[in-house]
Amino acid sequence: MTKRIEIEDLARHFGEIRAVDGVSFTVDKGEVLGFLGPNGAGKSTTMKMITGFLTPTHGNIRVCGHDIASDPISVKASIGYLPEGAPAYAEMTPHNFLRFIADIRGLRGQEKRRAVAQAAEKARIIEVMYQPIETLSKGYKRRVGLAQAILHNPPVLIMDEPTDGLDPNQKYEVRTLINEMAEDKAIIISTHILEEVHALCTRNVLIAGGKVRFDGTPHELEMKSKYHNAVCVHVDDVSTEQVQTFISSLPFVEGVEPLSNQPGVRVFPENQQHITVELSEQIRQKGWQIASLYAENGHLDEVFRQITTRQNAEVSA
Amino acid sequence: MNPSNIWYIMKREFNGYFATPVAYVFLIIFLLIAGFATFYVGDFFARGEADLYPFFNMHPWLYLLLIPAISMRLWAEERKSGSIELLMTLPISVFEAVLGKFLAAWAFTGLALILNFPLWITVNILGSPDNGVIFAGFVGSWLMAGGFLAIGATISSVTKNQVIAFVLSVIVSLIFVLAGYGIVLDFFSSWAPQTLVEVISSFSFLTHFDAISKGVIDLRDLLYFVALIAIWLFANALIVNARKAD
Repeated sequence: MTKRIEIEDLARHFGEIRAVDGVSFTVDKGEVLGFLGPNGAGKSTTMKMITGFLTPTHGNIRVCGHDIASDPISVKASIGYLPEGAPAYAEMTPHNFLRFIADIRGLRGQEKRRAVAQAAEKARIIEVMYQPIETLSKGYKRRVGLAQAILHNPPVLIMDEPTDGLDPNQKYEVRTLINEMAEDKAIIISTHILEEVHALCTRNVLIAGGKVRFDGTPHELEMKSKYHNAVCVHVDDVSTEQVQTFISSLPFVEGVEPLSNQPGVRVFPENQQHITVELSEQIRQKGWQIASLYAENGHLDEVFRQITTRQNAEVSA
Repeated sequence: MNPSNIWYIMKREFNGYFATPVAYVFLIIFLLIAGFATFYVGDFFARGEADLYPFFNMHPWLYLLLIPAISMRLWAEERKSGSIELLMTLPISVFEAVLGKFLAAWAFTGLALILNFPLWITVNILGSPDNGVIFAGFVGSWLMAGGFLAIGATISSVTKNQVIAFVLSVIVSLIFVLAGYGIVLDFFSSWAPQTLVEVISSFSFLTHFDAISKGVIDLRDLLYFVALIAIWLFANALIVNARKAD
């Protein structure tokens, strides 16, 4: 069975507030699901329910075929979980902390030693293994939490903002680690750093207001942007107005706007088709010198805003 | 229930006491106060009797202040640091966690009690006490400490704040101690039916501990403490389970 995580009509209400309101999705082996959404959208609440920390108001959760309501221990045994903020026992050293986790995870003797050593190596915390966790920097603390989550080589990995508070190098390392593990695991990560959509995820679920607003690949998410396949052109020695008038007259062009922060124009193609080749051809035939020309994938932050604020408008309406 | 899970949680928690100076400070204060109370308040020498009655007699009062200091961190700290989310998403049951933590604290108080052995040596050098009575006293005192701890652990699971956990534990424990005291019982016996007075008195730590500390091991007294611990820990598990994410 490849469906590692199955979530069906999941909801959690806190009094009147519907933190999560009918969320359904599945995650297969080999998938890295990026869980996107503004703060307070219900990302953490959903993760807490999958990991058995919060009891759902209603809905079903199955992890590796185990139902969380009837067999929570098996569900928890198949998950490695990095909670938000990577909490740990501050007075312990990473070494003792990981050994404790290994004990609880049922690893013994040689197996336990190997698991602790491997997790420490993968999370790159070997040099701080014997310092109390409370004395470590934020980046190390996060990585201790990561080591704890991957210690028992779980089939399912759930991480709540794994790169939050890390510097760019540390972020890169954590992403590399996640990519290395992705092949034989089902992974859910929550993030509001949109660059991670490309760096990490094979699929995205965007939630806002407790509901799923988008479920698809990063590419599909970008296609929702009006900038998807738009082309930025800058032509030497010709005024922007001239360029704009010429390009607007082309059949495959829907619109042209001047770039705001640099010389040149942005060309919106009809039906988001690829137009780089035809466009450069047309400009060259005109006898103009192209200084730069590149196609855009789409602006994720714009899509993000569009999807999440549309929902806000609905709520207030 | 998986005994090895209980063991590993207990081990971690027990070692946690010694990770900071708190454990050593506690042990030293415990020994100092126990010694002081025995010799000055309890008049150990002037009594001229070869037993440890003055020592054990002070224990309910000693525990009233010191046990909440041990139990206050058990759950409040987990809540405050957020590690409760880690603990409760590990493949263990709530009962295993509750029991493991309680046993760690109980073992720690056991250690504090055992460290009073010089007193036992002293009384054996000065005279020839009934060591059976003294042994019963230690067992009874340890059981009573378990009762205090179970109350404290449960209250600790209600709050994030260790100070609140401490104060509330002292107050609730005080009620259990005082229930057997003359003042309280007199207050009730003047108007309440005799049965009610007996019920209140039967809930008291003092009533049950007094007999044990004199060497009289009555199954009912032992059962009282065991039942008390079980009921409070059951409540502890229910509270943790219902409110772990609050």
